[in-house]
Amino acid sequence: MGNNLYQKIWENHVVGQLASGQFQLFIGLHLIHEVTSPQAFGMLRDKGLRVAYAERTFATVDHIIPTTDQSRPLKDDMAEKMIQVLSDASSDNGIEFFAPNSGRQGIVHVVGPELGLTQPGMTICCGDSHTSTHGAFGCIALGIGTSQVRDVLASQTLAMDPLKVRRIRIEGSLSAGVTAKDVTLHIIRTLGVNGGVGYAYEYAGEVIEAMSMEERMTVCNMSIEGGARCGYICPDDVTIEYLRGRERVPVGKEFEAAAEKWLSYRSDADAAFDDEILIQGDSIQPTVTWGVTPGQAISITELVPDPEAVSGLDRNLISDALAYMQLQANQPIDGVRIDVAFLGSCTNGRLSDFKEVAEYIKGRKVAGHVRALAVPGSEQVDLEARQLGLPEIFEAAGFEWRLPGCSMCLAMNPDKLVGDQVCASSSNRNFIGRQGSSTGRTILMSPAMVAAAAIEGKVSDVRTTFNLGTVK
Amino acid sequence: MSKITKMSGRGIYVQGNDIDTDRIIPARYLKCVTFDELGPALFYDERFHDSGESKGHVLDMPQFQGAEFIISDANFGCGSSREHAPQAIQKFGFKAVIAESFAEIFHGNCTTLGIPCLIMAKDARSALADLVQDNPQEEMFFDIETMQIIMLNQTFDFTMKESVREAFLSASYDPLDELMQNAEAVSLVAARLA
Repeated sequence: MGNNLYQKIWENHVVGQLASGQFQLFIGLHLIHEVTSPQAFGMLRDKGLRVAYAERTFATVDHIIPTTDQSRPLKDDMAEKMIQVLSDASSDNGIEFFAPNSGRQGIVHVVGPELGLTQPGMTICCGDSHTSTHGAFGCIALGIGTSQVRDVLASQTLAMDPLKVRRIRIEGSLSAGVTAKDVTLHIIRTLGVNGGVGYAYEYAGEVIEAMSMEERMTVCNMSIEGGARCGYICPDDVTIEYLRGRERVPVGKEFEAAAEKWLSYRSDADAAFDDEILIQGDSIQPTVTWGVTPGQAISITELVPDPEAVSGLDRNLISDALAYMQLQANQPIDGVRIDVAFLGSCTNGRLSDFKEVAEYIKGRKVAGHVRALAVPGSEQVDLEARQLGLPEIFEAAGFEWRLPGCSMCLAMNPDKLVGDQVCASSSNRNFIGRQGSSTGRTILMSPAMVAAAAIEGKVSDVRTTFNLGTVK
Repeated sequence: MSKITKMSGRGIYVQGNDIDTDRIIPARYLKCVTFDELGPALFYDERFHDSGESKGHVLDMPQFQGAEFIISDANFGCGSSREHAPQAIQKFGFKAVIAESFAEIFHGNCTTLGIPCLIMAKDARSALADLVQDNPQEEMFFDIETMQIIMLNQTFDFTMKESVREAFLSASYDPLDELMQNAEAVSLVAARLA
């Protein structure tokens, strides 16, 4: 019996076993940002420790950075302080800091891959749950808390129990208008928001193999929303071609040697898995959330669920979610009026997302009552988008084209919903209050569906709005 | 760091599946460079209107003041990796959380901070929540060695991951010192992976 990729990377990075029975796992790449890491440097100082492997650690700012005016000092004193503390700690410890206007700043999970820091076979950590994104390259990529950030800064290791591995095979192909985001929302809807607890998810099958790296990142990004500790995809030629020419990967013969090694990081053909799920790609429809967890999702053609159809706590969960979202049982989700359209985040803030939406909105106008934001995931995404003339297309359609950051995904910067506004969002969480207003309402969907919602002013089927063919 | 074996205190039932870390601590309170001030922000938007007026949340009910154990339903602590969530729970005055299941990053963060997460089957967890609701002034006792909670002469079994249990019983739930001891072995792995 062969090994799966999780087992191979684990074996390759285990330092030893700890007294508790946990294992000490070496971390190849540590990404840090301004929200969860400054406190860790304070903890190090308290213990008289220093950063052990600064050359494996990279810092940037993304969560609190404004997307309109990033000139320093920032208008928000605490935001300025957070950036300054991270910047100072980075220079004190010899950590490379991708500052605003360096050309390398951006959402940490956009920056790592685009610079080529994220490479197959690695263990990667960051004090951010969406670190699972990096699994798209065939990595064990783990979101961690601040005390663990401290552990990794001080020792370049983590204390961990091994995970079980569930392979999720998505076979066949996707229909027109169905994207990687719909695939991941469909998986979470099917397996539940805690279905992945105790597991790493290996995504495989024809649908995954046919995806670009950016699409694969979208799928792996949302692993955590399904409760999985991480998610990954075995590297292939698509992975290698994405990495070729990136700033931080080797060149020439060294690249070819690295590529050969990277391609060896795969699950064996006879690898065992703790669980296996099969999903047919053509069964997946454009999918949107109706409630307050990413698992409370339906296809665009379905009706919002009826709490009376279930019993016990499930009934309360549905009725509470409907009350918060101000939706009625059995109403269509198609047609729900929106106030804001948000395109961005570590889930869907990459160049391909903006290129795709630009194709849809070119020559069209955002509905008059909708505030539409396009927030590139990084300075590099912004630059490449500008080279393609994308901001002009977005602005002509009525979108605001912003500076890079996490923005309205979690609204730690000034980009927030107001009151009970409804947001059609390409981000990853529709939790109560997530987008900056305690009564704000989020409907998660793909970038294409955000485009359709922005144009129509209401949740809409991308296939109808943009004439993509027959709606099943 | 000292051993954590037994604890006693009063409970409070915070109802709901999938209570996420944005609810436990809204993102605007993450604007800080230390965790010191997070206690009052616990469940803030669940407890208060935007005007600051109380919503009458269970955390603010007089009979539950001074409670030290949170009881909730399934998948407690899902969502973000923010350690601000368990830090706020601890700084508010809670010492342990009892639920049917926990999201893993949250669970790990709690363990490192010395906050035991006790996993209890749905029926028992539900009965314990009822008992606490009806007897807010009564204490419960739990023992990580026997993996039982006792309240009003009733016994409730819980489980823990073995490594977590061992970490509490052997006072190694904060692993940093142990991780630092192996620096030489770490450097060998680092060199091999360079």
